[in-house]
Amino acid sequence: MEYRIALAQIAPRLGDVEANLELAADRVRAASAEGADLLLLPELALTGYLLQDLVPDVAIAATDPRLLAIGDGAPGMLVAVGFVEETAEHRYGNSVALVRDGELIGLHRKVYLPTYGLFDEGRFTRAGDRIRTHDAAPIGRIGLSVCEDFWHPSLPMLQALDGAALLVNVAAGPSRAPGGPAGMAAIGGWHKMQDTYALLGTVPLAFCNRVGNEEGLTFWGGSRLLAADGSVVVEAPLWEEALVVGTLSTDDLRMQRYGLPLLADERLELVRRELDRIIAERAGIEGPPEPEA
Amino acid sequence: MTASDAAPLPQIDPERAIEVIVAFIREQMAQAGFERLVIGLSGGVDSGTVAFLAARAIGAENLLAVRMPYRTSSEASETDAMRVVEALRCRTELVDITPMVEPMLSLIQDDDPDALNVRRGNVMARQRMIVLYDRSAAEDALVIGTSNKTEALLGYGTLHGDMAAALAPIGDLYKTQLRAVARELGVPEEVVSKPPSADLWPGQTDEGELGRSYESLDRALYALVDRRWSVDRCVAAGLPRELVEWVERRVARMEFKRQLSPVAKLSLRTPGIDHLYPRRRPGSRR
Repeated sequence: MEYRIALAQIAPRLGDVEANLELAADRVRAASAEGADLLLLPELALTGYLLQDLVPDVAIAATDPRLLAIGDGAPGMLVAVGFVEETAEHRYGNSVALVRDGELIGLHRKVYLPTYGLFDEGRFTRAGDRIRTHDAAPIGRIGLSVCEDFWHPSLPMLQALDGAALLVNVAAGPSRAPGGPAGMAAIGGWHKMQDTYALLGTVPLAFCNRVGNEEGLTFWGGSRLLAADGSVVVEAPLWEEALVVGTLSTDDLRMQRYGLPLLADERLELVRRELDRIIAERAGIEGPPEPEA
Repeated sequence: MTASDAAPLPQIDPERAIEVIVAFIREQMAQAGFERLVIGLSGGVDSGTVAFLAARAIGAENLLAVRMPYRTSSEASETDAMRVVEALRCRTELVDITPMVEPMLSLIQDDDPDALNVRRGNVMARQRMIVLYDRSAAEDALVIGTSNKTEALLGYGTLHGDMAAALAPIGDLYKTQLRAVARELGVPEEVVSKPPSADLWPGQTDEGELGRSYESLDRALYALVDRRWSVDRCVAAGLPRELVEWVERRVARMEFKRQLSPVAKLSLRTPGIDHLYPRRRPGSRR
């Protein structure tokens, strides 16, 4: 089966949820016209990124009717969109929702909030505590993540092991050091990790990064769709708004996993035992018994 | 290994830097709700480069370049400023600050000739700021800043003078990177290659006043600031210890010029401490 994925590389308006809902609706129409089965909008697409104390002003529930209506006018199309989530317990998180036909199919709360260098996310939002995949038939299970989550390889690998037929990462990546010895450090790093996760997870991967400028930051775009062999299916330009669409095939995934059965061969019981040992050593507590030689 | 290999100058991809800065200017203007910019054009490479960037971002017709000589300013400064104006075909205005600053300067006496120069220079820089902000109100424009990263880190500028601006497009470009950007933009070569000078008194040059070349300063700054090297590591890489220690002290001593004044916290929420909002928050557009 073939299915089409649209990556909407947009520049959300900082702090203006209503304007960003309109922007999203426009891209939903465009993606629908392109025959997309899944549309990705970036991290914090409904709010913008550098929110600071605007967080409670722009936060919405994952059940907010405006969020669930995001794909209205595009029946059957999945939409992944980033927003600030406020839970019933008033916990504020950087979340991505997967919505189809007015129904919340999946939700991921950003687990790794960068709070170093130019980032200050952990000051204003709280980290998620679940790494799961979500059933999105007929594509299969989808593993959602947000930006920095991908700088921790355990997360996409757990999702691949949890049955993901597609990894989705939505991002708000700011550029830095253009042309310096670090090169486009962040962009090069992103490409390496995407290639590696697709290849080693034997899983296709969709990455949607925003563009535009907030305060001094410039977001670089460069959204990409990779097939399960790590090849690039489609890539959006740097810096500018764009909507790119690419086609994936579940048959390709099937044959890739026959030819390269890395996930099936993974020694999870061994990984778990060694993880338990490392956790115990770090915490200074007694670990699992050593296996017999 | 030579110093230049081990402690290199910061590099830049000029085309990409221009793309980023032009988009930055456009979006800052749109978010603030302004269409025009005012710049103080000195004839130097910093303001020349910013003028080119501004013209590319919003169109030369929306840029007002104000030339503000003092009676001792060099003629070459005026000639070079006009080269930029003619290349861009932007609007320009000549405002002689001499009659504005002379009454104040006549009141300033100092036994230390260096201190006297600094005080007089500060008066001129602040007078130019007053002219620019007045023009910005009359023109319905924002004042675009021309301070570069080398100056900002070394505090080589006048607080509330040339450092005052609504946006700082080249504030993250070192002086030596700026020249590559200027050439890519087509800033006239006479402007790009002449010795940098604040032109606050006859014969003044930046490098003479700082006592070091921009090249050596940028090598030291790049190593200390961007790469977070220790002084010892800079010295091991071939940079003179005297230079590195001077730069490190100066960057620390000038921290105050890069920050807003500290607020004595009393209440539950205090601007700048725990009342934190983006400058371009909703409702901030005029």
